[in-house]
Amino acid sequence: MALLDVRRVGKAFGGVHANSDISMTVEPGAIVGLIGPNGSGKTTLFNSIVGHHPIDGGEIYFDGRPISKLRTSAIARRGLLRTFQQTRIYARMNCTRNMLVSEPHRGEGVLDMFRKHEAERHEHAEQLLEFAGLYDKRLLYAGDLSFGQQKLLEFAMALMNEPTMLLLDEPTAGINPTLINGLIDRLQRANEERGVTLLVIEHNMRVIMNLAERIYCLSHGRLLAKGPPREIRDNRNVIDAYLGGQ
Amino acid sequence: MSRQAVLYVVIAAAGVAAPLLGAGYHAQLALLWIMIVLALSWDVMGGQMGYNSFGNITFFGVGMYTTIVTQVGLFYDVGAYTQAQGAAGFDLTLVQYYLGLGAGLLLAGMIAAMVAAMVGSGLLGLRGHYFAIGTLGLGIAFAELFAGWDWVGAGSGIVTPLYPGEGLVSRSVLFYYLAFVLGIACFFTLKRVYATRFGLAINAIRDDEDKAEAMGLHATRYKTVAWSISAFFTGIAGGIVGNIVGFIDPRDVAFTGATYGVWMIAMAILGGKGTLWGPVIGAVIFHITQELFWTYLLGWQRVALGLLIVVIVVFFPSGILGWLRERYPERFGIKVETVGASNGGG
Repeated sequence: MALLDVRRVGKAFGGVHANSDISMTVEPGAIVGLIGPNGSGKTTLFNSIVGHHPIDGGEIYFDGRPISKLRTSAIARRGLLRTFQQTRIYARMNCTRNMLVSEPHRGEGVLDMFRKHEAERHEHAEQLLEFAGLYDKRLLYAGDLSFGQQKLLEFAMALMNEPTMLLLDEPTAGINPTLINGLIDRLQRANEERGVTLLVIEHNMRVIMNLAERIYCLSHGRLLAKGPPREIRDNRNVIDAYLGGQ
Repeated sequence: MSRQAVLYVVIAAAGVAAPLLGAGYHAQLALLWIMIVLALSWDVMGGQMGYNSFGNITFFGVGMYTTIVTQVGLFYDVGAYTQAQGAAGFDLTLVQYYLGLGAGLLLAGMIAAMVAAMVGSGLLGLRGHYFAIGTLGLGIAFAELFAGWDWVGAGSGIVTPLYPGEGLVSRSVLFYYLAFVLGIACFFTLKRVYATRFGLAINAIRDDEDKAEAMGLHATRYKTVAWSISAFFTGIAGGIVGNIVGFIDPRDVAFTGATYGVWMIAMAILGGKGTLWGPVIGAVIFHITQELFWTYLLGWQRVALGLLIVVIVVFFPSGILGWLRERYPERFGIKVETVGASNGGG
């Protein structure tokens, strides 16, 4: 059974059809890519999946249960998490605190608000900071990190949340090539070692072709093609969409 | 003993000994602790959570009325009491007085917290400036509400019950110590809860609420509880101030948006919002400065105070502690920490 099952989802903003009739499935443990030219509706689809805005039509199932009527925070607590294209961290808190507050919030009661973070949580947070290569900087304000480091921190925060599935919105955009390799390596390790299913929006073709086992391509809000990387690379429609052919 | 412990002991000793300065200072010293409480509890919202509330004065007024109504209502009919327009003929025994006051202050906190939760269910959906504007009318609305409510004296107000225990402990000393205990309780409660998940969560809401929600945080729950905690202490402070003043008027004593309502914000900003000690330092400096204005600039004191607030906002936007933290980040624990020399990096 698919972990994420998007069925004929549509979303329009005024007269602009950002998504129409999009269906996609992601199997548990998979790494799936989502590509398409700018403005093709990739981020809108992410927003629809995580409940950032209501959808106009269609249905979305996560882990067998419908989630299209749930709020973002409730969906996150079920284990479906997204990162943002513009990196979002808590700028005026240090990295350790950024990590701690990102712990999973499943089943939290009102009284849990006033419990301190257990020692294991601190340890886990520091391990993940180490994993992201940010251990030395753990006491710095997250807002003072470089953009690339903030991306890594955001990724580590997402792992801290122990998600079943992660939606990553352009994880490599704006970071230097050396750091990109490190990040890709970490994405793969998170997938292999922690079993996190990944759905990745990516413009860097080299990255996505190597990372994903299956790729969906959007264009003008519609699903243009789907299949393994090699097929997508040779698909006439995809090439036209990217290069502006007819 | 750590330096911090020494500091606490010194402050506690000074607080306990302060009434020895003389009866003339009791009310001012009590108000100093009240100012600290108001600044600290405003900062839960405005500083730690980034929700600038102009409406916290509402809880101050609600707490004030709750206290007086409980003090009277436990033993007499409140309507008859306000109609008589004075406390004469409504004497309380010492036990009645202390019982009523204790119950009144506790209820003041609880009802203020409930009002915050109720008002919050509507207003906390607003973000940033919209929340600030939304809260702006809150105090005024409550003042009008109470000004039209005959049972609590409407526009002509209500006096506090006469204190029967002058022979035992003087009234001014009693309220000084109540304010002192409230100040200490407020400080340590907040210090404690800021160290829990609550503290981190409201900081995260301040920095990026959408992100916090996307990570599964129960943001609405945290916001509501934060405002209730803030209102709890503000409400009790109101109950104490009402008794110190001795007369409650809806516009000039209870829902005083233009004085206490602005001061609590100015004090938190002056000291450094979003820090534990900032509001305390801000309140002390502000209160002393304000008293000096009253003494040496009589007639111009309000102008001077207005200028002071402008100067605070323009020149100390991040407050005294915020300024220090930018200057000396290492002293605030903001630093690169390498593990052993070999690990290097940084």
